[in-house]
Amino acid sequence: MAFVTPATLNNLYDVIVVGSGAAGGQTAYTLTMEGAKVLMLEAGRRYDPATETPMFQTPDQAPLAGASTPGKPFGFYDATVDGGWELPGEPYVQTAEDHAGRFDWWRPRMLGGRTNHWGRISLRNGPYDFKAYSRDGLGFDWPLSYEDVAPYYDKVELLVGVYGNNAGLENTPDSPPDCLLPPPKPLVSDLLIAQRARRLGIPVIAGHRAVLTRPLDFKSSPARLHPGNASAQRIIAADMRRRAACIWATPCGRGCAIRANYQSTTVHLPPALTTGNLDIVTDAMVHEVTLDRTGRADGVTFIDKRTGKQCRAAARVVVLAAGSCESVRILLNSKTARHPAGLANSSGKVGRYLMDTVGSGVQGQIPLLENLPPLNEDGASEGHTYTPWWLYQQQRAGKLDFPRGYHIEFGCGRRMPGLGTAAALEWLTGGSYGKKFKEDARRYYGTFISFDGRGEMIPNQNSYCEIDPRVKDKWGIPVLRFHWKWSQHETRQAAHMQKTFRAIIAEMGGRVNGEDLPSGADAIQTGGSMIHEVGGALMGAEEKTSVTNQWGQSWDVKNLFLTDGAIFPSNADKNPTLTIMALAWRAADHILDLLRRKDL
Amino acid sequence: MTDRRTTIKWMLAASASVPLLQQRGFAALAATSPKLSAQGYGSDPDLTKNYCPGDLWPLRFTRAQRRTAGVLCDVIIPADSMSPSASAVGVVDFIAEWVSAPYPLQQHDRRVILAGLAWLNAESGHRFAKEFAVLSADQQRAICDDICSEKEAQPRFRRAAQFFAIYRNLTAGGFYSTPAGRKDLQYIGNVALATFEGPPNELLQKLGLGHEHV
Repeated sequence: MAFVTPATLNNLYDVIVVGSGAAGGQTAYTLTMEGAKVLMLEAGRRYDPATETPMFQTPDQAPLAGASTPGKPFGFYDATVDGGWELPGEPYVQTAEDHAGRFDWWRPRMLGGRTNHWGRISLRNGPYDFKAYSRDGLGFDWPLSYEDVAPYYDKVELLVGVYGNNAGLENTPDSPPDCLLPPPKPLVSDLLIAQRARRLGIPVIAGHRAVLTRPLDFKSSPARLHPGNASAQRIIAADMRRRAACIWATPCGRGCAIRANYQSTTVHLPPALTTGNLDIVTDAMVHEVTLDRTGRADGVTFIDKRTGKQCRAAARVVVLAAGSCESVRILLNSKTARHPAGLANSSGKVGRYLMDTVGSGVQGQIPLLENLPPLNEDGASEGHTYTPWWLYQQQRAGKLDFPRGYHIEFGCGRRMPGLGTAAALEWLTGGSYGKKFKEDARRYYGTFISFDGRGEMIPNQNSYCEIDPRVKDKWGIPVLRFHWKWSQHETRQAAHMQKTFRAIIAEMGGRVNGEDLPSGADAIQTGGSMIHEVGGALMGAEEKTSVTNQWGQSWDVKNLFLTDGAIFPSNADKNPTLTIMALAWRAADHILDLLRRKDL
Repeated sequence: MTDRRTTIKWMLAASASVPLLQQRGFAALAATSPKLSAQGYGSDPDLTKNYCPGDLWPLRFTRAQRRTAGVLCDVIIPADSMSPSASAVGVVDFIAEWVSAPYPLQQHDRRVILAGLAWLNAESGHRFAKEFAVLSADQQRAICDDICSEKEAQPRFRRAAQFFAIYRNLTAGGFYSTPAGRKDLQYIGNVALATFEGPPNELLQKLGLGHEHV
């Protein structure tokens, strides 16, 4: 079993997994390691990080010095191929074009999806994050608790490799001993931020990112990951030995040819393929989930993008892990007489409560960082430190005008010079050119720090997607139409970010780039731009008000599961990927259990 | 995520400048620019290949435009004791690639830059009866001093100042992307290391950060 074509599919699989990113990768990994026969369908092309990653390329070797273009929105060397907010032939509909009302939908059409280029920030949701409604009456509780998910966070950290440390802070969970890899040493800027932010009562701790700061523990981790499964232990031990530790060079966003960080394509798929239990079809654009006469899912239809032909695959269980909105789209497009509003949608909640992360940033120039000796600050490429949300007490005491938290990511260091390094310096130089400009470029290089807030959005009635009644993509599949609105919970939080970051910059003796304090509504970044979209098929305790149960199992169709961010009932400030993987592992365990009991 | 988003930020800032097309003089020139018909590199280019300007789309500078562009590059980034001038490391080719690229931002910049280069020569002729490229350094500076700051420029130079800001961004972007530019800034990364040791202790002591930890 391996990469196959629509013509060489098996007649029947145990499980079809739609999507190959964090959710699809983890689901397929867990299932195949335990012996299930899995077919993975990926809408994009096959992608091989070992041969395709531009590891040491410099911007002068790229077209336009690596600038972003419509085909490569994050720059030429970004790992994403065939992905972006706009894809030729794959439209979607916005109900508003303005900043406040639009939702921009990122779609990575490639094996491994967005895990190839993501920031690798790997934060656990805390106990509060699963019981948000109970704490402040807003949004929804999850139908599970931190304790239910914690063992899976442990496993994911051990499997993919996450650096960080245990800071013992409120709602910022510690990991058990030996779960985390040691964090990289902080940069000068990190320590300066830590010193000055602490004066303002703002903590700075080690970042948590899926980067191997040392080789994985291939001796003891396999038994912790797969107790009682000698074959799985052998496979993952061998695969862990093939992953190199970080070489402290070349940005993670390009992907990693030596497999030193987490990508589904370097971590989940290789061992899953080694089991012999995984078939993968790429360029397979899933259209619908199909049902048998009894109403059970019996497979999917998909477009073979290479031929344009509609194909079919059959399985006992179908798992949607296509990315939140894409999974929602498949459900809504799987309309039948019995399910006129789309599949798994008796609650009417499919497409509802779409969320992104609240994003807002400020950049400062820090004179204390000028004229430092040359240092190699490539490090782990970003995120050696960060600030977790710290004002829980003030929120409890009603002292803040917004209910949920945000964390702060820092962008700093002497990064590889390129297109942006000495651009737009006029606010500092007054417009120098000539020899003075070169001196200014030296003076300011490496002295900038950007503070980026990443905050919790509370699900609301006005942010959702549905099928557009008219527009279809180039294969004739109906497309999504988005509705979007931030509430004051988010815009006030963005305003707080702006004030806080300016205060930190001032405490560092720095200058803020951009004079006027923007309003929260202006400061908040456009919906979808954080690429943390979750929700749309919320899990819940009751089938009337939610789409799935705590295992991502749809209430309406028992052998149909979702394991991506669509099932999130809330979107904590913590980046969703680690939680997606933990829940996918948990869901896959449940699927295996049901298959063994012949309950599916 | 910060790094990935930073590039986009300044690119957007650059493209958000006032549409120069609507201005008199600039508009006439833009209308005469031939429409570029080249294709971009799409969404799935080979990322490991070494690309040179001209490989993907033809470079569309006239000889005269190229001459003015090269001289302006070196007015902005001349040679000094640390590094060569911008034109000596191929920045003119980079700018030619940029203004010839079949993408919206670059097409916008093309209009601004071709109009701006033409304005430079017109202004040089008006003030000194010569084209910009053959002016003395003092004469070149006399013009550039009037347009080097978008904030300080007099209203009649505002469009030229917007052009200069974009051109300076591109010249700097091209220059610091090269090995010479990296060396100038004393960038010493992009090499594989067995360990990452962080900043030396003496430096941290000197900065008053010797006792900080995370």
